[in-house]
Amino acid sequence: MAWYGFRRHSAYPLSALAEATANVAFGFIRAFVLIALWNARPSLGGYDATDAVTFCFLTQALIGPVQIFGGLELTRRIRDGDVAVDLHRPVDLQGWWLADDLARAAATLLLRGGPPLVAGALAFPLRLPGPGALAAFGVALLLAVLVSFGLRYLVALAVFWVHDDRGLSSAALVMGMFFSGMIVPLVAFPGWLGEAARALPWAALIQVPADVFLGKRTGADLLAALGFQAAWAVALLGAGRAVTAAVRRRLVIHGG
Amino acid sequence: MIEVVDAVKTFTVRRRAGLLRRARTTVRAVDGVSFQVARGEFVGYLGPNGAGKSTTIKMLTGILTPSSGTVRVCGMDPARQRTALARRIGVVFGQRTTLWWDLPLRDSLALVRRLYRVPAGAHRERLAELTGLLELEPFLDTPVRQLSLGQRMRGDLAAALLHAPDLLVLDEPTIGLDVVSKATVRGFLERLNSERGTTILLTTHDLGDIERLCRRVLVIDHGRLAYDGSLERLRATVDAGRMLVVDLERPGPPVEVPGVAVERVDGPRQWLRLPRSVNAAAVVAALAARYAIADITLREADIEDVLARLYRGDHSYEGDPLAR
Repeated sequence: MAWYGFRRHSAYPLSALAEATANVAFGFIRAFVLIALWNARPSLGGYDATDAVTFCFLTQALIGPVQIFGGLELTRRIRDGDVAVDLHRPVDLQGWWLADDLARAAATLLLRGGPPLVAGALAFPLRLPGPGALAAFGVALLLAVLVSFGLRYLVALAVFWVHDDRGLSSAALVMGMFFSGMIVPLVAFPGWLGEAARALPWAALIQVPADVFLGKRTGADLLAALGFQAAWAVALLGAGRAVTAAVRRRLVIHGG
Repeated sequence: MIEVVDAVKTFTVRRRAGLLRRARTTVRAVDGVSFQVARGEFVGYLGPNGAGKSTTIKMLTGILTPSSGTVRVCGMDPARQRTALARRIGVVFGQRTTLWWDLPLRDSLALVRRLYRVPAGAHRERLAELTGLLELEPFLDTPVRQLSLGQRMRGDLAAALLHAPDLLVLDEPTIGLDVVSKATVRGFLERLNSERGTTILLTTHDLGDIERLCRRVLVIDHGRLAYDGSLERLRATVDAGRMLVVDLERPGPPVEVPGVAVERVDGPRQWLRLPRSVNAAAVVAALAARYAIADITLREADIEDVLARLYRGDHSYEGDPLAR
């Protein structure tokens, strides 16, 4: 199932290339902003300028796989009623879309993950991980995709109740951009705001995998980081299961 | 194969009633419907828009839970055993596709095989058979987004039948199709029912489908079953009569013939409704004896007229399709 999903999501390589180009361009803009910030406040949040620039290009590469801008094809299918087709298949709705989303993440990682990192490495000195940290990063990335799916699946199912997803999707986008560390790394958030931001599920999308990549989390701290992600993944997927069951009880299919 | 007893489905609709208040109203989309369909039947399920057809189908396939009453399909409770039931039935929506837009038809069908866990050998055999019957060969390797509507519909039919379901539920399978594509689809469904013995429930607004295919017709209106029986008996039950269109030599007042009412006058043309009990030849002879007639045509009520009268549930002639 996932293989066909991979085929489907890699069907348009030119479009992926265009998106990767945009990711690279914005990477440079963000990099210069972060360099200015770390020049003014060296070692802010325990990062040095190299960490910050690496963070920047790494997270540009993660935009596709963790789908930081939100959205799930299921949202549209619920809005226009095509979800009826999904519900006529002999599969679980959540499991079906999770398989598709894992395939999507793998396809975008392959097609869009490389260019930002390569471009960043050519222009700046980056802090690249050793084999151990890279393996840990692989696990963190998988968990990040699960958390991301858990959040987006809940937003999608909400359309059964609110009938139009635009308000909710914009809110989810703002929360996701801000609290994942995509705009400014969460390590730079001061006081209670930083504490709160680092405890929310969005931290599991960008900040935690980036810290693992940069080697900031090792040993027991690494296990705590992965445990944090896993706990959010389990909680969100569990909530998704419960909401799926509720949907089955009070379902209205849009468009007849 | 299908057993529906007193099924009811209500929806709660919230309406704005003031600045923040919402008034809740309950809509009974399906209101106490009962029917049975035996193995091997080909049943047409008709009704005007919003009558409750789609809601019934969604209860039959288990994606909606009835508010009350019982529904059993293939011996299962659809809402409780949705996934198990999905392996036994095929569903085709004329307005939606079960195929994957970005994949070639062949891959879409291969993915369907995985979903329904059809053994590879059985899949090859059925795919070959369906490819022949539905003439899929020329576009098997074309991505679904590039298929014409007729091709896509044949692909959807193949996808719904690869797992050899006992029951096929069709929701407007010929909508938007041209005459040739329609004929292909109808011919295929006819063979599927007569040769394979697949039970078919067909929802459509295309009465050509019904006349050509269905031995039995269910009509639902306002959430209730308005008719269940053969097409012939339906015609006889609802006497839509015949319409005699008379063109006089020159415009005049409504003609007077005993036992016949003039429905409409438009210049020299007049429309006369003939009930079944009236002899058309006698009316024509009486008209010819009294008036100067340029031309005369007699229209038999077709299935559309019969249904229009049944849907309205009254015998007013206003807006009657026969009077056009």
